[in-house]
Amino acid sequence: MKTNAINSEPTNARAGRPARLSLADWMPKIVMAPTVIVTLVCMYGYMIWTAVLSMTNSRMLPSYDFVGLSQYERLFNNDRWIVALTNLGIFGGLFILICLVLGVILAIFLDQKIRSEGAIRTIYLYPMAISFIVTGTAWKWLLNPTNGFEKLMIDMGFTDFTFDWLVNPDKVVYCLVIAAVWQASGFVMALFLAGLRGVDGDLIKAAQLDGANTFTTYRRIILPSLKPVFFSAMVILSHIAIKSFDLVAALTNGGPGYSSDLPANFMYAHTFTRSQIGLGSASAMVMLGCVLAILVPYLYSELRGERNE
Amino acid sequence: MSNIQAIRRKTTAVERLLRVALYLVLISVAAIYLLPFIVMLITSLKDVEEIRTGTLLSLPSSLYFDSWSKAWSSACTGSTCDGISPFFLNSFQIVIPAVIISTILGAINGYVISMWKFRGSDLFFAALLIGCFIPFQVILLPMARTLGWLGIANTTTGLVFVHVVYGVAFTTLFFRNFYQSVPGELVKAARLDGAGFFTIFYRIILPISTPIIVVTVIWQFTQIWNDFLFGVAFSGFDTQPVTVALNNLVNTSFGGKEYNVDMAAAIMAALPTLIVYVLAGKYFVRGLTAGAVKG
Repeated sequence: MKTNAINSEPTNARAGRPARLSLADWMPKIVMAPTVIVTLVCMYGYMIWTAVLSMTNSRMLPSYDFVGLSQYERLFNNDRWIVALTNLGIFGGLFILICLVLGVILAIFLDQKIRSEGAIRTIYLYPMAISFIVTGTAWKWLLNPTNGFEKLMIDMGFTDFTFDWLVNPDKVVYCLVIAAVWQASGFVMALFLAGLRGVDGDLIKAAQLDGANTFTTYRRIILPSLKPVFFSAMVILSHIAIKSFDLVAALTNGGPGYSSDLPANFMYAHTFTRSQIGLGSASAMVMLGCVLAILVPYLYSELRGERNE
Repeated sequence: MSNIQAIRRKTTAVERLLRVALYLVLISVAAIYLLPFIVMLITSLKDVEEIRTGTLLSLPSSLYFDSWSKAWSSACTGSTCDGISPFFLNSFQIVIPAVIISTILGAINGYVISMWKFRGSDLFFAALLIGCFIPFQVILLPMARTLGWLGIANTTTGLVFVHVVYGVAFTTLFFRNFYQSVPGELVKAARLDGAGFFTIFYRIILPISTPIIVVTVIWQFTQIWNDFLFGVAFSGFDTQPVTVALNNLVNTSFGGKEYNVDMAAAIMAALPTLIVYVLAGKYFVRGLTAGAVKG
């Protein structure tokens, strides 16, 4: 059998070619080289560069006078940073939670042999195709107290209705949640819907024969088998939350004051407009730490899972 | 298809009622998702007076297209008043080369990583994977210095470069995952017949790659078109992408606020990716999930 013979060949690039060290042997490495170099320099090299800057007293221009961890000390004594970090906690927590709950519910509902499912799915998912800048612009208009929902409700006769979250420093972070959920929940729905469609039909049939009703089947059989989808969605949503910059820029511009700042906006402001490169770099490193804390365990379990297959 | 209704044949009155409720919920949610876009559209078609006196949901009494032409060619974005059209073109000038280059690089990298493994290629793939997820804040300042040093700061070329550098992680991931499912025998047989690296790529791999190329192009197009962070950090005034111009338009207009112009500009900035989504939604979703589910 020809294929068997081929299968037993080593997977080495030189398989079946007697010539050693020919150009062809080096081809894979040569074509990968630009990506390898650029990735090592522009991702890992720059990460180290930023880490170094975060330990210097750089202000408007990078300087290399090392000051140890004092930028981090300054950072965590900085009121604006604490606000940004707290906002990230509130925004990220609510955004992830609501997207997951909404995504699961909508996916289950759509999984009930719905007529024109395609059209409904398309509508749920379209915000994901749009830039956060556009999303921010649209919601800035809708949430604006003088023209938006508040005015709509007052015109409809609810004269005492107030909805001033966008200009209220204590509530403005929830405006970010509303816009971000509108943008991303359809995507979570799509992930779960794909997951539901992948569940083994026999398992469901068996449960039905045992007399389980729809609700029990979902709770006991289907949802537990979607754990991997659940984790993927959580990782992606937390990643979106941590790097959120454009939504804040367009919807609130960090305001009122700096009450709706997120870490990404803090970093940008200090590095590029406030000439505090050292402090900005320290904040970027903290953001990186947050992402890695979520990502490393996730990738570890994913890659281990793949090896077990 | 996992479906439960199919198994239970009898439909009782209660079940029928539940079904009506289900449709009601699904349709109302769809209405809520559509609402912001509809409000944007009707606001963009009203004149300023009508926006002030009417409500969010009232339809325009007559269609007013001036806000669209103003948004396109004469609204002020920062210090000039040429509308968003120059920036719209900038975005295309950035997106087209960046998408093409990052897709080609991704295809070749994915081909190597899945079929021409060498020592360290898997490790490199893992390193690249982490690169998909790093918050870009951590590379922003060094990249700004590098672009200045290369003499391409504030240029379209600089932005193309940045988008290629940070897009390749994703495109490589897409192609690698796709090629992983191609039977290795195909390549091994060709190798035994003496076909070289590029011959195999052109003759065997490329012809079967159309689906993943479509997914990658759509994904990259959407990502790069919608980018704001790189645009605002690395572009000069003349080279700003449309997202940055839109943000300037909305945040810096003086005097009476022209919400109709803002909304028209926002719709225009969203239109290219929306069109792609409507025409090729299937591939868009596949890109989202391919980016989501690592392998």
